[in-house]
Amino acid sequence: MTYSHDIVIVGAGGAGLMAALYASEGGADVAVVSKLHPLRSHTGAAQGGIGAALGNEEEDHWLWHAFDTTKGSDYLGDQDAIEQMCQDAPRTIIELEHYGVPFSRTREGKIAQRRFGGHTRNFGEAPVRRACYAADRTGHMILHTLYEQCVKNKVTFYDEFQVLDLIHNEDGEVVGTVAYEILTGEVHTFHAALTCFATGGYGRAFKTTSNAHAGTGDGFAIALRNGLPLQDMEFIQFHPTGLYRLGILITEGARGEGGILRNSEGERFMERYAPTVKDLAPRDMVSQCIYKEIREGRGVGGRDHVVLDMTGVGKEVLEHKLPEISTFSRVYLGIDPVKQPIPVAPTCHYAMGGIPTNIDGQVVKSSDRSDAVPGFFACGEAACVSVHGANRLGTNSLLDLVVFGRRTGIEMAKQIREGAESLPVAADAEGPTRERLDAILARTTGEKAVVIRTDLQETMMKNVSVYRTDDTLGEAFGDLQTLRQRAASVTCDDKGKRFNTDLMDAVEVQFMVDYAESITVSARNRTESRGAHLREDFSSRDDGEWLKHTLFWSDQTGQTEIGYKDVVITQFQPKERKY
Amino acid sequence: MADTLTTEDIADRVEDAEKGRKPRRRPGGAEPTMTLTVKVKRFNPETDERPRWDEFEVPAEAMDRALDLLHYVKWHLDGTLTFRKSCAHGICGSDAMKINGENQLACSILVQDLGLTDGDTVTFEPLPAAPVIKDLVVDQSRFFDKYRAVMPWLIHDGPTPDKEFVQSPEQHAVIEDATKCIMCGACTHSCPSTWADPDYLGPAAMLKAFRYVFDSRDTEAEERLKVVDSKDGLWKCYTIFNCVQACPKGIDITRWLSALKRKAVTTRY
Repeated sequence: MTYSHDIVIVGAGGAGLMAALYASEGGADVAVVSKLHPLRSHTGAAQGGIGAALGNEEEDHWLWHAFDTTKGSDYLGDQDAIEQMCQDAPRTIIELEHYGVPFSRTREGKIAQRRFGGHTRNFGEAPVRRACYAADRTGHMILHTLYEQCVKNKVTFYDEFQVLDLIHNEDGEVVGTVAYEILTGEVHTFHAALTCFATGGYGRAFKTTSNAHAGTGDGFAIALRNGLPLQDMEFIQFHPTGLYRLGILITEGARGEGGILRNSEGERFMERYAPTVKDLAPRDMVSQCIYKEIREGRGVGGRDHVVLDMTGVGKEVLEHKLPEISTFSRVYLGIDPVKQPIPVAPTCHYAMGGIPTNIDGQVVKSSDRSDAVPGFFACGEAACVSVHGANRLGTNSLLDLVVFGRRTGIEMAKQIREGAESLPVAADAEGPTRERLDAILARTTGEKAVVIRTDLQETMMKNVSVYRTDDTLGEAFGDLQTLRQRAASVTCDDKGKRFNTDLMDAVEVQFMVDYAESITVSARNRTESRGAHLREDFSSRDDGEWLKHTLFWSDQTGQTEIGYKDVVITQFQPKERKY
Repeated sequence: MADTLTTEDIADRVEDAEKGRKPRRRPGGAEPTMTLTVKVKRFNPETDERPRWDEFEVPAEAMDRALDLLHYVKWHLDGTLTFRKSCAHGICGSDAMKINGENQLACSILVQDLGLTDGDTVTFEPLPAAPVIKDLVVDQSRFFDKYRAVMPWLIHDGPTPDKEFVQSPEQHAVIEDATKCIMCGACTHSCPSTWADPDYLGPAAMLKAFRYVFDSRDTEAEERLKVVDSKDGLWKCYTIFNCVQACPKGIDITRWLSALKRKAVTTRY
């Protein structure tokens, strides 16, 4: 059937709910379509904090935050967008607090703040307390509060509806989406004046990840298949401290509270690489340093991990400020962080790239920044504004979600008030989706999604993670062509209509191939090292050639096209990046 | 704080930490050390007249999550087995189910925590007293109706400050335990009052009411108290403590519901 609303937002994490909340406050009829119940979204797993120059614990300024974010991005972030985010940050956090987020408090009853990687005072002088937090459950608190407020505002929720396609007309205007209702197996059209993708990240394309099983990056693939570009996909954040082998996140807040990384010799090795901020260097650097230590034989116990030593931090801090990560260490590794160091290794964590947008969430489809896609918005991890450039600072992802989710919601409500209307949807809009699903259901031979997915995760981890060369990227590209053919003939055991998650696994693995290719091809094309993109065969940053964003298009048959977009520089000229 | 530990210190500490632990098969690739019989209560109301038990032989290892066992079945033995999951580390609340007779999150309980050894059987059932959609997936719409009934959002009737509301660490501490709730449903579906009376609000919804009634920033305590001080509310909590036992986040639910009861009887409205 067809559901109609002014605004349909796909994805119910921090960005989607923030957009829904502010669009509903603006008087629009808003629906949120999500493959999970909103409270199951991965924003809830964000731990350590959300950055804003509130200055509650010590002097701070939004401009210092903007500088840190720009430097953290290895100068690839667009500085107009970064300035907007850092200026919007304090008021947005205050609004969240007014909506009910139970932040941890200072003695004076203000929002408490702590240190985080790459956040400094006075343009790099020393670490600053900028991360607002609710123990190590900051994302959980924001997610629940936003959902509660959306329920209050009578936002319509379509829970466990998985969006599988975008509908656009001949003029390139987006007029709606196609979604699969997981409960019933029915395919529906969501017809809207404005559609917004807040579909989250793609960590599940890698073998070791902090991301949820749901983090399969559907939105990236759907955008590509509809002829839209993806921006800066080569930039992937590996978080330095995933629980060894499991990849479960140990927040950077652990180092913000005094945790120390050590190698097999017990050495605090980050002192050598980043003498000023040490363990609180940005994530790209710390992850690269950990791999370097391991490669040079200083992995602990001869294994491919180092340790996060929290033993000097004390029981009090661990229990009150970092209770969740203490529990994770105990439950999953049997380690008490009060007494024992935690084995950690980098884990795939965050997509810096995504669907290109302007600062109000409108999707932009070429290097011309005014070339907007009418009716289509994106925000959150699925989008690339770009504020994170080549490397995102910790606490800036929650901030990106809420600042740009808010801006997108406000802008969409404004466009509705100004008369944005739903445009006609072609009669066969659901056709291609039905055909794709029917083909998988009809197939009785072929591989199951898990086999293809595991191989994809292996090649991406081996060839496209922290260290890259033309050879490894070429190997991954070759593997992906084979994987695409295999995914085209994927099958599933469950042939029923009711809650068929087996079928959704199959659809997701087809999505994964498409955006994994965008990551690999963009990375192979960029012959320099910048931020999280480290090319062993091109080890330095090359601003002359590469101070520009990558745009990637594909026709999903192995034919790809690369374009570029200028970086916006306002106040901070690119410099060598030292910490 | 000691900035430099000796090599021996580090080796000792890691060895301590790993003592007694066998190599992990998932996701590390080590060999399984045991075979378990995974017994799952299956039901698809569209095709089945009544539930049935299916059994699967699953290679396992002490540090596997219960969720890993289900994944093994779904990925390698029977793709029709259906359950919810997402974050796989106990924060999203998707995979609350009854494992070996107790409600818990499949991703937060390990094979060794269940006391399982080679040849043992482990049972999986959907949360009790909830309509089954398919296998381990239950319909939570009624659970969330109760959540909505307590008005689970901050209401502040009065001027809003330019900055944040002032809330002392002590005021914050009153609600902090309750704010850990992930709405997984393990508590409500472990409660005999819920089993006996489907209209009973249950611990999760009333804990949410507590979280707002006792939030120093909220001004609508009375309206919420009217909802919970009712025939379907607080007074059907007989402090059986099943909810506390079931809560995967270790929330002291009964304690907070008792505080809510006290508040109800001492508030005029």
